Amino acid sequence: MISFDHVGKHYAGRRVLDDVSLTIERGSFVALVGASGAGKTTLLKTINRLVEIDTGAIAIEGRDIAAQPVAELRRRIGYVFQGIGLFPHMSVAENVALVPRLQGMPREERAARVAELLDLVALPADLAARHPAQLSGGQAQRVGFARALAARPAIMLMDEPFGALDPVTRDELGAAYRALHDVMGLTSLIVTHDMAEALLLADRVIVIGEGRILADQPPRALIHGAGDPRIEAMIAVARRSAARLDALAAGR
Amino acid sequence: MIGGSTGWAELAGLAQAHLLLSGCAVILAVLAGVPLAIAAAHGRRMRGPLLAVVGLMQTIPGLALLALFYPLLLVLGRASGLAIPALGFLPALLALCVYALLPILRNGVAAIDAIDPALREAADGVGMTRRQKLWLVELPLGAPVILAGIRTAAVWTIGTATLATTIGQPSLGDLIFSGLQTEDWQRVLIGCFAAAALALLVDAILAIVESGLKAGSRPRLAAGLAVLLLAVAAAFAPLPRGEAARTGSVIVIGAKNFSEQYILAEAIEQRLRASGYRTARRDNLGSAIAYRALAAGDIAVYVDYSGTLWSNVLGRTDTPPADVMLRRLGRDLAARDGVRLLGALGFENAYTFAMKRGRAQALGIATLDDLARAAPRLRLASDLEFLSRPEWRAVQARYHPVFADQRSYSPTFMYRALADGSADVISAFSSDGRIAAMDLVTIADPRAALPHYDAVLLLSRRAAADAGLVAALRPLVGAIDIDRMRTANWMVDRDVAKRSPAQAARWLLDGKVAGAR
Ligand SMILES: Nc1ncnc2c1ncn2[C@@H]1O[C@H](COP(=O)(O)OP(=O)(O)O)[C@@H](O)[C@H]1O
Ligand SMILES: [Mg+2]
Repeated sequence: MISFDHVGKHYAGRRVLDDVSLTIERGSFVALVGASGAGKTTLLKTINRLVEIDTGAIAIEGRDIAAQPVAELRRRIGYVFQGIGLFPHMSVAENVALVPRLQGMPREERAARVAELLDLVALPADLAARHPAQLSGGQAQRVGFARALAARPAIMLMDEPFGALDPVTRDELGAAYRALHDVMGLTSLIVTHDMAEALLLADRVIVIGEGRILADQPPRALIHGAGDPRIEAMIAVARRSAARLDALAAGR
Repeated sequence: MIGGSTGWAELAGLAQAHLLLSGCAVILAVLAGVPLAIAAAHGRRMRGPLLAVVGLMQTIPGLALLALFYPLLLVLGRASGLAIPALGFLPALLALCVYALLPILRNGVAAIDAIDPALREAADGVGMTRRQKLWLVELPLGAPVILAGIRTAAVWTIGTATLATTIGQPSLGDLIFSGLQTEDWQRVLIGCFAAAALALLVDAILAIVESGLKAGSRPRLAAGLAVLLLAVAAAFAPLPRGEAARTGSVIVIGAKNFSEQYILAEAIEQRLRASGYRTARRDNLGSAIAYRALAAGDIAVYVDYSGTLWSNVLGRTDTPPADVMLRRLGRDLAARDGVRLLGALGFENAYTFAMKRGRAQALGIATLDDLARAAPRLRLASDLEFLSRPEWRAVQARYHPVFADQRSYSPTFMYRALADGSADVISAFSSDGRIAAMDLVTIADPRAALPHYDAVLLLSRRAAADAGLVAALRPLVGAIDIDRMRTANWMVDRDVAKRSPAQAARWLLDGKVAGAR
């Protein structure tokens, strides 16, 4: 369980997170949506302390994260982002095994773990020896997921992880991750600006605007009346394009 | 012989000393520069001032930077009471290290700055500590750019190391500087080519390492590093020097930067070697540095001139007779610095006046009194500084000469003016080889206006305590008269049938010219 207690963050006097209080249950799949600049990335990064908060407190399983050694905290939390950030001077295997290595896992165990993880993200084992430059965008982000999952984290933070991928790959990878989430019993937070993606993947959608929580509901409830015109507009866009595609397919 | 006076063994020895000096300087600069670069890349506040200071030091001319370390180390040694050598390897090393710092620092900062922010975020995101981020991400990714800076530094350092000669550290610059002095252009060229070849070679080796790093190719990296290791081994390898097998410490012989000094240092070296001593040379020492180096024990023996010691070391302005001056020098230098004046060699290198023999005889001029009488009909050519020196003022005060015309020339042109008749009298150094070669006569100074510059053999405190060394050098005392010294100087200075200082020294010692060319 992750709990936010009156969390605030300023940048140069500007409020980026404004008194956010929030609880995320263990095993839940939460999507953070909102306009660009709303504060989604900032909120996500406060959890692994890539952003340090100014006021309030964040606790994981009841323990204040500010009191924990930051490197260890981060190694226990998987982090995937749009930039992917695979290290170009390391092979795929070295990238995937990085966190276990930082944690001191012996070399032989790491090799076995790499094979297991590549299998988990549906990559062929012979990719292990390649370097990131030799991968396609989709393969690279699968390796990104494998690296984030390597230390068996309980929590996964994902910041527009599919943002740079083509729509087919994006759909495939989204479904594959959702399956992993369910099988492994993860707590997942995903940032996306795509309302359709959020509604279809998550159990709970939190809409952020100007550093505040505008809505916090399960997808089905959100679709049936969000109460806020800004959110209704976002949902309407997603529904209208779906309806147009239906109409096109029916030949009307 | 490779060419002229330069032998393979000498070249190899100098190249090795050169490589060792520049190698140590670059390694030291890397050890200091890379951590500084990392600190500057991370700490924005220290970056500006640090780069500014190092950049400023870069603008100091190499020669001046080298010379600045000498007094600095002297003061440091005196203040700390430690035996810090102020001459030779240490100051050269420090000055070159300062020089090598800028490219290493600049590239180091650029290398770390250039790392993709996404990779920094990933490194933080996976939970790397600062140290892990440095070693696992920043240094491996920055390595090619850092290495490019090291390459630049290495090439600069190998070039600049030729200047180390001037503070008594042997390098390929020995060939260049001594070649320039004796107008032995072959020697100068060999020195320049050897330094350039060394720089290109090291650059090529580092290029292999760099390309290995860039391509992530282990074999290429390993090959480059192996060759680099070989170069380091070469810098330390003992050279097959004939007498290297003998034990005992090395006697360091100093020399200032003109032909006569090279010849006399060679003569000293040949005598010491004949007595079984191992020797080393510190040539091209500045006039002020040579005596201090002897007093500090950095060199064991060299030849200086009584008038120079009298005014520059003892700070005297009077001009006593030669024997009085020598006696006082012997006493005062021993008392003050423990320096032993072993004796005068038998000739002077003093300011004097010279004329063509025929002209002097025709005018009946033998002394400065005669010259002063004839002066209104004569034209004087002097070197560039003579007319502003105390020697000239003393001559004016005692003899009152008024010349029809007096002009300053660079030395070569001064002799030419005398030869072609546009001057009748010149200021000259009494041991200049041209006096004998052009059949000139020097004018006597009965009123003792001009100070004496007897060539004297000086020994450091330690050298003076070595009875074998004193015995080996004592035969030089009183053994070299002015005619022999002029002839020896002329052998080295003339344009045709030039001899090396070593050959001239051999002639001085045993009257024979061996192995001409
Ligand atoms: N390091 C930073 N310094 C200053 N302002 C920042 C920084 N990071 C984010 N911001 C600002 O905070 C606001 C929220 O940013 P962010 O959380 O990245 O938005 P989102 O992910 O919702 O697009 C934006 O206006 C952004 O410009
Ligand atoms: Mg964002």
